[in-house]
Amino acid sequence: MADATLKVFRGNKDGGQSVEFKVPVAPGMVVLDALHYIQGHLAPDLAVRWNCKAGKCGSCSAEVNGRPRLTCKTRMDSLPQDEAITVMPLKAFPVIKDLVTDVSWNYKVNKKIPPFAPKAGADWKFYQDDVDRVQEFRKCIECFLCQDVCHVLRDHHKYEQFGGPRFFVRVAGLEMHPMDGVSRTKLLKDELGIGLCNITKCCTEVCPEDIHITDNAIIPLKERVVDEFYDPLVWIVRKIRGAPAS
Amino acid sequence: MSDRFETHEHDVLVIGAGGAGLRAAIEALGQGASVGVVSKSLLGKAHTVMAEGGIAAAMANVDSADGWKPHFRDTMRGGKMLNNWRMAQLHAQEAPERVKELEQWGALFDRTEDGRILQRAFGGHTFRRLCHVGDRTGLEMIRTLQDRGVHMGFDVYMECTIVRLLTDGQRCGGAVAYWRETGRFVLFKAKSVVMATGGIGKAWPITSNSWEYTGDGMALAYEAGAELMDMEFVQFHPTGMVWPPGVQGILVTEAVRGEGGILRNKNGERFMQRYDPKRMELSTRDVVARSIYTEVKEGRGTEHGGAYLDISHKPAEYVKKKLPSMYHQFKELADVDITKGPMEVGPTCHYMMGGIRVEAETAQSSLPGLFAAGEAAAGLHGANRLGGNSLSDLLVFGRRAGLAAAQHAKEVSAPNLDEVQISAAESEALSAFQRQGGENPYAVHRDLQNVMQNLVGIFRIREDMEKALGELAKLKERAAHTSVEGSRMFNPGWHMAIELKSMLTVSEAVTRSALVREESRGAHSRIDFPELSPEWGTKNNIVWQDGNKMGLRQERLPELPAELKQVLAEDK
Repeated sequence: MADATLKVFRGNKDGGQSVEFKVPVAPGMVVLDALHYIQGHLAPDLAVRWNCKAGKCGSCSAEVNGRPRLTCKTRMDSLPQDEAITVMPLKAFPVIKDLVTDVSWNYKVNKKIPPFAPKAGADWKFYQDDVDRVQEFRKCIECFLCQDVCHVLRDHHKYEQFGGPRFFVRVAGLEMHPMDGVSRTKLLKDELGIGLCNITKCCTEVCPEDIHITDNAIIPLKERVVDEFYDPLVWIVRKIRGAPAS
Repeated sequence: MSDRFETHEHDVLVIGAGGAGLRAAIEALGQGASVGVVSKSLLGKAHTVMAEGGIAAAMANVDSADGWKPHFRDTMRGGKMLNNWRMAQLHAQEAPERVKELEQWGALFDRTEDGRILQRAFGGHTFRRLCHVGDRTGLEMIRTLQDRGVHMGFDVYMECTIVRLLTDGQRCGGAVAYWRETGRFVLFKAKSVVMATGGIGKAWPITSNSWEYTGDGMALAYEAGAELMDMEFVQFHPTGMVWPPGVQGILVTEAVRGEGGILRNKNGERFMQRYDPKRMELSTRDVVARSIYTEVKEGRGTEHGGAYLDISHKPAEYVKKKLPSMYHQFKELADVDITKGPMEVGPTCHYMMGGIRVEAETAQSSLPGLFAAGEAAAGLHGANRLGGNSLSDLLVFGRRAGLAAAQHAKEVSAPNLDEVQISAAESEALSAFQRQGGENPYAVHRDLQNVMQNLVGIFRIREDMEKALGELAKLKERAAHTSVEGSRMFNPGWHMAIELKSMLTVSEAVTRSALVREESRGAHSRIDFPELSPEWGTKNNIVWQDGNKMGLRQERLPELPAELKQVLAEDK
């Protein structure tokens, strides 16, 4: 059995460095298997977040060879065999220890989003055609890879003004729910800062659930914001009536 | 009370943030209780997210003849009549209401042609009964509950591990925990505690369970004086992945068979014909798991020691729509396109029917103030659980536990926390740091898993289990002498050293219970006692902490009332 070399970040919020480990490779092995091997045999205190190891919980996110990925779905044989594999923590969030980052900011953003509230008189009869589009958003496993890759967060650190792709997907899953009776467009504009997204589609590229984040969630939500707040006709009606038109 | 530690006080403390814990918390909040939810992982990552096939509830949206009686009957028969009848009745009666409620909280199920919740066929269910969202029903459920609970206002303590329950005289009054991030201790003071910590699969190497499933809840309850029940009944799901090695054990949802998947051996024979010609692939899990195991053992297994499961006769688009995560799982992890060819599958340790013994109506354990729901509790599923009955269990008994816990909290005074218990928990949890040159806890875990796999697996025999008890005693000794490297900050080696103790306790309870049950029933198969025993059919095994040793006794099953006997006698 051949060995692979992994360079894994070891450190905490004050800094750290990559440490090299040699790991025996088995057929079909994924990067998370290699990290478990390290814990089991070489460094039991290596901090790694993981749960299901089946691509369903979104816990084991890291940057493998510079790309945000789920380590449980990253096959060792999909990476170049002749060089060391680098494994780094998500860059958009503060490091706690080794590969574990502080993602609590995401939970704070989620709390700002008004929950599902049914329309008055909802009869709960709706059809597969009504839900197909929304079910796509609800596949999200909250791995936060989209948040990690989004330059508004990663490079510009707009944590106060911006919600990030994950929460646009979350809002889309509520806004397009056939029985939902709440509008979240003002929140999208003011608190989640959807206008800051300039649709580079990086989020869509890294999504392990293949959610078309930009095309199916963000762009339609941007359109809703534009319709409600920037439509010139609506603006004129508002001026004349002195009240919101929507 | 100790002021050395960060302390939080709640009416109701819920331990575990999966489906049962969240549903309990929501109900307790609704009753006006202050609620804290503690979870070992981040919120939304609990094992419930991995539930795939659906929620069993007799809504009769697809098969109009369904109702609580057929669901009750299927559950009792699936459990080989060892179920607590009252739990099975409440479960069948209340599940439809709990599913509707989930929909009204925003869950989006797949739809029927006439706009209602769609239901699919599953093993052991007479009618199409499983409400589902493709093959990611658990994810939809946990997001819905999580969002509702967060907005109703429970306090969440994420990445926080409980190491001991605290008792105040004869009742449960709180818990000692540590933050995974810092390793610092934290105290919880609570009038009621709900245990919703799931199962024990990590004591076996081939399992569909996540790292969290180390039996903590059962072990903590046991140590605090509560009784455990039916610990011999460990479900091996018939279809886990078998190849490549790294993915061994990952679940292949029963929905593959529910949607028409066919099992074959290496000779192309549809072998279920031999074991259950009536129900074939949709037989109960215990039967299908044993059938695959037997095929492999008798030399008719696939290249990697499993069976073939094939859904490729269905249109590719249909497979991708109804089983999307299976499609991706096999494509990405095993290089198999399930729309074109068969999967290789074999049994994987999946679910614990046994657990904390509870009272049916209130989910209260034998320790006052301690409640339990979901996989951590025993009784509903008897000797074997039907697929889809777990998610409904979480909702029905999660709600009941939350309700009763909130009620209990109104009736009792605030507990006193005992400094002696707190100090003992602290020094025990830190002991692995005090020892130098001991073993790596991961090595002990690997050996424990091998003991359970080889000696207390799908088929059991006296000599193996007696040997297992000897091995477990040695492992306990080794576990008490592990040492850990590094600091208390997010240190998985240390976490493992602590969880080992829970795994060893539940493993011993499983082995002792399995050894005395001299019959084969549901998930418990004895090579030396292959038949059902009428005598054992009337008894539950009860385990409790008896001084320094594990006590084991039998208690008679509660007698079925005449009207339910009648329900069972009716066919369909």
